[in-house]
This record gives sequence, structure tokens and C-alpha cells, in this order.
Amino acid sequence: MKFIIKILKDFPAYLWSGWGAIASIFLFIAFWDIGNQVYGALVLPSPLETFKTLTTMLQDESVWKEINITLYRASVGFGLSLIFGSLLGLLAGFFVTASIMSRPIVTILVGMPPIAWIVLAMIWFGMGDETVIFTVIVASFPIIFVGALQGTRTLDDDLKEMADSFKLPWHMKFFDVYFPHIFSYVFPAWVSGLGMAWKIVIMAELLATSDGMGASLAVSRSQLDTPTTLALVVIMIGSLMFIEYIILEPIKREVELWRD
Amino acid sequence: MERLEVKGLNHHFGFTEILRDINFTLEKGQMLSIVGPSGGGKTTLLHLCAGLLDVEEGKVTNTFASNSFAFQEGRLLPWKNVIDNIALGLLAKGEKTSIAIEKSKKIALRFGLEESDFEKFPKDLSGGMRQRVSFARALVVEPSLLFLDEPFSALDIGLKKELQTVLIEMIANKEISILFITHDLMEAIRLSDEILLLKADPGHIVKKFTYSLPQNERDDKFVYGESAKILQDAEIIDTFELELK
Repeated sequence: MKFIIKILKDFPAYLWSGWGAIASIFLFIAFWDIGNQVYGALVLPSPLETFKTLTTMLQDESVWKEINITLYRASVGFGLSLIFGSLLGLLAGFFVTASIMSRPIVTILVGMPPIAWIVLAMIWFGMGDETVIFTVIVASFPIIFVGALQGTRTLDDDLKEMADSFKLPWHMKFFDVYFPHIFSYVFPAWVSGLGMAWKIVIMAELLATSDGMGASLAVSRSQLDTPTTLALVVIMIGSLMFIEYIILEPIKREVELWRD
Repeated sequence: MERLEVKGLNHHFGFTEILRDINFTLEKGQMLSIVGPSGGGKTTLLHLCAGLLDVEEGKVTNTFASNSFAFQEGRLLPWKNVIDNIALGLLAKGEKTSIAIEKSKKIALRFGLEESDFEKFPKDLSGGMRQRVSFARALVVEPSLLFLDEPFSALDIGLKKELQTVLIEMIANKEISILFITHDLMEAIRLSDEILLLKADPGHIVKKFTYSLPQNERDDKFVYGESAKILQDAEIIDTFELELK
């Protein structure tokens, strides 16, 4: 509780520090506009046109439905990865054999291109929710798993010994000695897992479903509707930026205050 | 009567013999030092006595009501501030949080930490300050037996003396018994009732020195005099490889 209040208290200062980021976004938009003036509206619509399309789109209920479908798939897939990746990673980390055995499997999972997973999933599950969710899990699970695994593998033996010397009860050992260390590994892994999930969900939808933002993207592509395409991209990037910079980053800062 | 008794203690790491046939007794209110060169098995011996390592051969009997350990490198929790680090042992004993924090603040001030340091994380502390926190953490639980693993090695002379004075006072009041390991002979002479000389490869006790003058009556002259005497000792010269070549 104290912790949440501290995050909220530091939040305005954190937002204030974001001017640099905002400036760089505007600079990016300026370059985008130059691109529009050089190549024309069919190849690259102007930012203004894109944001206009975006506003009209956001007033349309059917677009929100597509967004919700995508959100649902991403969150189910990511949520499952988060739970099982963290738990299995922790478990594997506590046993040397398990961590040695899991390494090649993780390499296979990471090394296999997501597009190949999508093809397989389409064969296995058909065209629908399951294919998308499966692909999201397969892509984000290994990242989280490895984070949790490394967090547990790198626990400091000296600190364990210190905890033993003070006869810390198990709950203190876990919350005061193990958890902060493991969390400092798992949390960044969650963040990158989330980014991965959000990218993969669009790709899987584009190829394997007839609804969701990915499918909308496929439709706009076939109609050569570049403003809509870019508006969709803006929604995707905007939502990711919101989650990462407004929600996760302040938490991360607070959690990692003790780090060098 | 509270005491720590070590009988016929041997220890191996794999095929390497670390300790051979260690015997000694630490009585209540006593300060026993084990001196010897680095890498001679001192820390292993201390860990065996403190129950941080399992005894394989021999016997360690510890009847002290409570004990705590001050480590050579501090071993503070990097994600906890100074006060929370000190309070760790108290909380583990089931002390109420508010009381634990209160006691920790008190002892922190006694060990020369400032109130402005209380909220700092270990990364923002100097080596000496970390050592003070570690020391405070070990003493705040008021142990009847204290294990010290060269806790003064990172401290400057003034602070070293300050902390030693605290220990000498506690010894004089019979509040505490201490098992102390060090490679600093003068430190050992200033503080100990008894010094055991541990020779390396494998670690075994070669000689015992006893000092009966109470610690709080030992002045610099006594310490220097005894140090000069002990440095002439053939076993000391041999153990620390002091002879000039």
C-alpha cells in the first residue's frame, strides 16, 4: 500500500520528465510529414490525414469491437504466459537439472520464427481465437520463462547464508531475500513479453482470422487504404506506449530504486 | 552454564582437508580469537561453529541461548534501507515492527550512523558504513554469543577503535561472549581472553595464548608490548611465514 502511494506521489515528477520524449515524438512526426511531401499521399499519408482518419475510426463502434477482440486475445495469451512462464521459470531455476534441461527447449522456442508457429497453429486449431492465443503464448512464454529462471539461478548464496544465520522464517526469507531479487529479473521480462505479445497478436490475426485489428489491417491493405492502415498502426503503437510508459515504467523505477 | 564446545572437529571440501582435529571451549562472557593467515580455514571453522555448515566429523555443542553473525563483507540486503537491514534479525525473532525500527534507529546512532543515512540503500553507503550497519544488525538482537568474521577489516582506525570499545564494554559487563576470527594479531591481543593460533594446510591449532588482564584495563602499551612478545614466538613466525629470507 505504502508502495503504491509512493508511485502515485512520484508520478507527476515522472510525467514532467517526459518532455524530452514528447519532443522526440514530434520530431518523428515532422519527418513523417516530410516523407508525405516527398512521396505523396498514396504511399505515405500525412500525419494530419492519419489522425483525422483515426478520430473518425474511434467514433465507430465496430472499430472498438475489433480492438476489444484483439485486446482479449493478447491479454489471454500474455496472461497465460505470465502465469506459467513465471511459475515454471521459478521452479526450473530452483533445480539445476531442470534449468540445464530447459535451456535447449527455450532456444528452440525462441529460435523458431513466429510465422512458422502461426502456420502450424492454423493447421492445428483452424482459423480463430485459439490460433492467435497459441501464437502469442509461444512467443512471449520463453521470454518470461528465461527471466524467471535467471532470477532464481542468480540468487546470492551469501545472502542465503546471512538469512540462515538470523534464522529468518520462511515467509521472510521469501519476501525479503528471494522475492526482490527474482522480481528485478522477472519484471523486465514481463515488459518485453508484453511488447512481444502485442506485436504477435496483430501478425497472427492478419494471417489467421477474420476479425480483430490484424484482420482490419489485412482489409485496409487489400483496399490500398493507407490512411486506415497507418491509423491502425498508431492505435497499436499508442496503446503499447501508454502501457509501457504510463503504467509499467513508473512501477519499474520504484521497484529498482535500490539498484546501481 | 552457556558454552560453546568444539571437540575433534575435522572438515573436508571434496578431497581437500580444511580443518584437522580442532578442540576448544568458549565460556560465557569470554572472548576467544582465532588468528591465522588468510585461507587457513578460519571462516570455515566459524561457519561450522555457527551452524551455517554441517559438521561432518567431530562435535560442536552450542548451549548459548542466542547467537548472531557479523560477516566480513557486510552482506546487507541491497533492496532494503539501513534501518530495515538492521531490523531484519529483530523481525525474524518476531519483534513488533514499530519496536524493531525504534531499536534499530537507536543502535544505528550508537554506531556512528547519521539520521540522514537511515533511508539510504546499501549502494549509497561507503564500505565502512556498510560494515557498521552489518555490525549493528548483529548486535541489535542482543545475542549471548556473537560470531565475528573479520568485521573490522574495512574500517578506518578511528571507527575500528570505536566499535572495539563497544565490544570491550559488553565483555566487561559479561553481556556477551564472542568468537572472533582475524589475521590482525594486535586486534586479537586488545580484545581476547584467549587466542588460538590456526596454522594452514590443513587448519589445525598449534598454540594457545591466554591474557588475564581485563580488556578495559589494557592500554596501548600493553597491546604493543604483548604484540612485540608474540611476534618473537617461533610458532607465530612459522605460521605467518614471517622469517626474513
